[in-house]
Amino acid sequence: MDAYYDPKDLEDFPQIAEHASEQGEAFFEYYSKATSAGVLTEREKSLIALTVATVRHCPYCIDAYTNKCLSLGVSNDEMMEAIHVGAAMVAGDTLAHATQVRKILRKKEM
Amino acid sequence: MDPLCQLELLRSTEAGGRFADRLREAGLLPLTAEGVGILQLNITRKCNLACRHCHVQAGPDEALHMNDAVLERCLDVAKHEAIHTVDITGGAPELHPRFTELVEALNGLRKRLLVRSNLVVLLGTPYERLIPFFAANGVELVGSLPGVRGNGTDRQRGKGVFEGIIEAMRRLNLVGYAREGTGLLLDLVHNPAGAYLPGNQAALEADFRLVLRQEHGVEFSHLFCITNCPIGRYLEFLDRSGNLSAYMRDLRSAYNPGAAAGVMCRTMVSVGPDGGVYDCDFNQMLGLEVDSRVPNTIFDFTYDEFSGREIVVCNHCFACTAGAGSSCQGTTA
Repeated sequence: MDAYYDPKDLEDFPQIAEHASEQGEAFFEYYSKATSAGVLTEREKSLIALTVATVRHCPYCIDAYTNKCLSLGVSNDEMMEAIHVGAAMVAGDTLAHATQVRKILRKKEM
Repeated sequence: MDPLCQLELLRSTEAGGRFADRLREAGLLPLTAEGVGILQLNITRKCNLACRHCHVQAGPDEALHMNDAVLERCLDVAKHEAIHTVDITGGAPELHPRFTELVEALNGLRKRLLVRSNLVVLLGTPYERLIPFFAANGVELVGSLPGVRGNGTDRQRGKGVFEGIIEAMRRLNLVGYAREGTGLLLDLVHNPAGAYLPGNQAALEADFRLVLRQEHGVEFSHLFCITNCPIGRYLEFLDRSGNLSAYMRDLRSAYNPGAAAGVMCRTMVSVGPDGGVYDCDFNQMLGLEVDSRVPNTIFDFTYDEFSGREIVVCNHCFACTAGAGSSCQGTTA
């Protein structure tokens, strides 16, 4: 193994149901339904997935969903705006937790 | 890059599997024709644009036009009752000196007549007169438009091309193209402006329609998604940018036996400016002539010989079998 992350790893992803097949197949069925067009379009869902991929720091998903967004005609500006939503949410949920710090401070300080 | 170098480069990607082997696994080798319904004529290498993805490597400096003898012979062949569609391509076919004569003659045959246009050629003198001419001759126009967002179209096809296409569409709409009840079709071709595969055709068509209508006030009939074939300038781009092996891997991963069974070459013949006959326009650009058991020139064409011929395949064919398939008229599976 040269590196933990290799783009070729993705080729093996469809085979992960080889073991624990019941759970694996259930996952793929769920994944397919969750990411296919429904009330939201495939395009909108791909932008959500790309945002989650960057927030979760998953190189496989970032590769897959950048390509998928390109394939669906999503512009670079749209992708970056979506990623800023993710970044803002991460910043926001960090800062929202400052309220817990403030709550403790208020209780502890004289 | 010359055709031999292209073929060598394509063969260098065989480590991931040969196209012929995938056909064999699906019981499709040899791939054979199932009649000849479409006659595709590549009448010129000349073009007013020099797009970065062009598999023909066409441009303003090219001068090769289909000669008179080949044109006449193609008109004869097109009369065969089984041939329902004549598909004219280039280069920019409008730049052929006998283009209007050819269109009028083919219109007289009462076949479906497609002209593949970059559309911006229709804005300048003397080609603007072709807009009413196309409408009068019932020509189905197929225009290339890589994308409707960002600057992908201009990056791929040249500065100002996107705005030019919109203006040409506006003028075509005015004479009835893509308008209900006229029967005049203006189809668009989407091909990715980079090293990735096209998305779902129906989803892209809906998105194109929304953006073109709301932001630009123009209409089209259908959207055809075409996977970029790794040949010509696009192959050079893939190689130069270090994307070739990943692109070929994507094509192989997306291989669909159903699409393989429905590839366009099974029902068409492609004719080059010199009268050479090929299974498709891509094979024509690679110099891959038809199977040696059938004539390699349109002058010796007979319907019976060509209707069951073996198709010549190579690794670039993965482009037509990826996902929902790809043909000159969009998805196939």
